[in-house]
Amino acid sequence: MSDNDPIIARGLKKSFKNVDVLDGIDLRVERGTVLALLGPNGAGKTTTIRILSTLLPPDGGQALVNGFDVVREAKQVRRSIGLTGQYAAVDEYLTGRENLEMMGKLYHLSSNDSKRRAIQLLEEFDLSEAANRIAKTYSGGMRRRLDLALSLVATPPILFLDEPTTGLDPRSRLAIWDRIEKLVYDGTTILLTTQYLDEADKLADRIVVIDHGRVIAEGTSNELKSNVGNERLELVLPTEEEVRKTIEALRTEVLRQEDNRTITVAVDGSITHVKKILDLLQNSAIEVESFTLHKPTLDDVFLQLTGHEATAAETEEDKIK
Amino acid sequence: MERSAVFWIVRDTYVLIVRSLRHIFKNLDQLMALVIQPIMFMLLFRYVFGGAINTGSTTYVNYLVAGILIQMAAFGAMTTSLNVAADLQRGIIDRLKSLPIASSAVMTGHVVADLVRNVLSSIILIAISLLVGFSPTASIQDWLLITAILLLFTLAFSWLAAIIGLLARTVEAVQWISFVLVFPLTFASSAFVPTKGMPEVLRIFAENQPVTHVIEAMRSLMVGTPMNDHALLSAIWCIGITVICVPIASYLFRKHSTK
Ligand SMILES: Nc1ncnc2c1ncn2[C@@H]1O[C@H](COP(=O)(O)OP(=O)(O)OP(=O)(O)O)[C@@H](O)[C@H]1O
Ligand SMILES: [Mg+2]
Repeated sequence: MSDNDPIIARGLKKSFKNVDVLDGIDLRVERGTVLALLGPNGAGKTTTIRILSTLLPPDGGQALVNGFDVVREAKQVRRSIGLTGQYAAVDEYLTGRENLEMMGKLYHLSSNDSKRRAIQLLEEFDLSEAANRIAKTYSGGMRRRLDLALSLVATPPILFLDEPTTGLDPRSRLAIWDRIEKLVYDGTTILLTTQYLDEADKLADRIVVIDHGRVIAEGTSNELKSNVGNERLELVLPTEEEVRKTIEALRTEVLRQEDNRTITVAVDGSITHVKKILDLLQNSAIEVESFTLHKPTLDDVFLQLTGHEATAAETEEDKIK
Repeated sequence: MERSAVFWIVRDTYVLIVRSLRHIFKNLDQLMALVIQPIMFMLLFRYVFGGAINTGSTTYVNYLVAGILIQMAAFGAMTTSLNVAADLQRGIIDRLKSLPIASSAVMTGHVVADLVRNVLSSIILIAISLLVGFSPTASIQDWLLITAILLLFTLAFSWLAAIIGLLARTVEAVQWISFVLVFPLTFASSAFVPTKGMPEVLRIFAENQPVTHVIEAMRSLMVGTPMNDHALLSAIWCIGITVICVPIASYLFRKHSTK
């Protein structure tokens, strides 16, 4: 960590109509790394990104992007960043190609370079066939891909991606992950938000978990997961009698009983551990109807960190929106 | 290659003008409105009210054209509000704001598209009115002046409309705000009936508001009604409104914390 880190936020505060949306957010992203901002609906992810990309002035605190202050040196910040907002911001009445060429020109590329870049990005994002259709006719996933392509027109050194894969099918999702990894490989610094732990897990070097405008945990994905506990093995047994016998056999390893035929056991995720447990049950002549292995989810992280479910707290806020 | 700041402002603006011009022909709903509206207005007013309104020595068709032209321009300008609000709603303004471009460029794009749209629908309107009895006495110079006034008026209203779009934020809000603003301004004017018959307070408002000056100036140039100082006042109003609105719109554009 150093003072030349491309993204630095100190004590960011923001309130809307006296509601504190950000309550002192501290962040730091090292050059060429990915930081994932993880949090439930309404946590303040988008607000943070909007402040860092100069769209919204903070009420307190300070943020430096590429060494420039987002309030006083907004213009220099804008020269160093690309932004993909939460909702696909494509011009519906322009074709995919026109959208990309326009963005190229607005990033002050020459007309020819803009054209070339557009063709290249259409290719990369699997949009060549739809290049000459207006974006109004695109599917959600296509719009999202175009949206992401638009923020890459100028190969900015710093990229903000607000929920880049929400609402995409698995294939598009993988394609975008791929693309993001390539960008990082080329040295881009990325701050992305997500609601999915697996996405953060796959892409991010570090994860910052926020809730109600505050950082509640920070670390690598492994650090976070070890906080939450490891993977869980869920066992479904034929009878309540078998459940009782299983609990007896496994004792401390049993996390909880889900219902009268299902129990959850803590495992470290390795085959050896799972096999050991299943062997033990077999040796005790306990019949297992079925079993599943669960990875820790965002919900588990939340449950652990905040004592409340990630999604449950949000229903009321969503109503206000 | 280093270019001057002015170069980039001009080019950014040009790029965004091209964008908005493309919208005219790709947004079919707006294009339909552009073509159908002038025809409807002309025919309805000409035949529904034509027999009932006394416009003195001028025939009603001749009286009407300037009024409808300006009403249409005023409503046409509100497409700028709609398009600005749509950009806001879709997050396009956010994206453009995160670029290092001049803050007026996006709106200049919409405003210029408005000018082009209004010139197109005005041509259609004048063609239709010639078919239903419009007989202008204007010379070529007069027509050039008429065009200049129309453009000035559209410019002023489009910038005003840009502010409305930025403040209203949603397409739905723009719809009622522009209705509330444009209807009184265009109806409480000399657009469709002479102001003489209006109640005192309304008449004073109607005779002194910019829309009437603009209409009277155009009418005088088209069919020779008295000019007085309408042309001068029109120019002052339109330029005044534009000069005030451009910086306000640019400020709001930068300042706006959108959702
Ligand atoms: N312009 C605004 N006016 C009022 N309240 C706002 C505004 N923008 C955001 N908020 C509120 O701030 C809180 C945080 O919003 P934000 O969009 O940052 O959340 P988020 O973490 O991005 O959520 P999501 O996962 O739903 O996108 C929410 O409660 C939201 O209602
Ligand atoms: Mg968000």
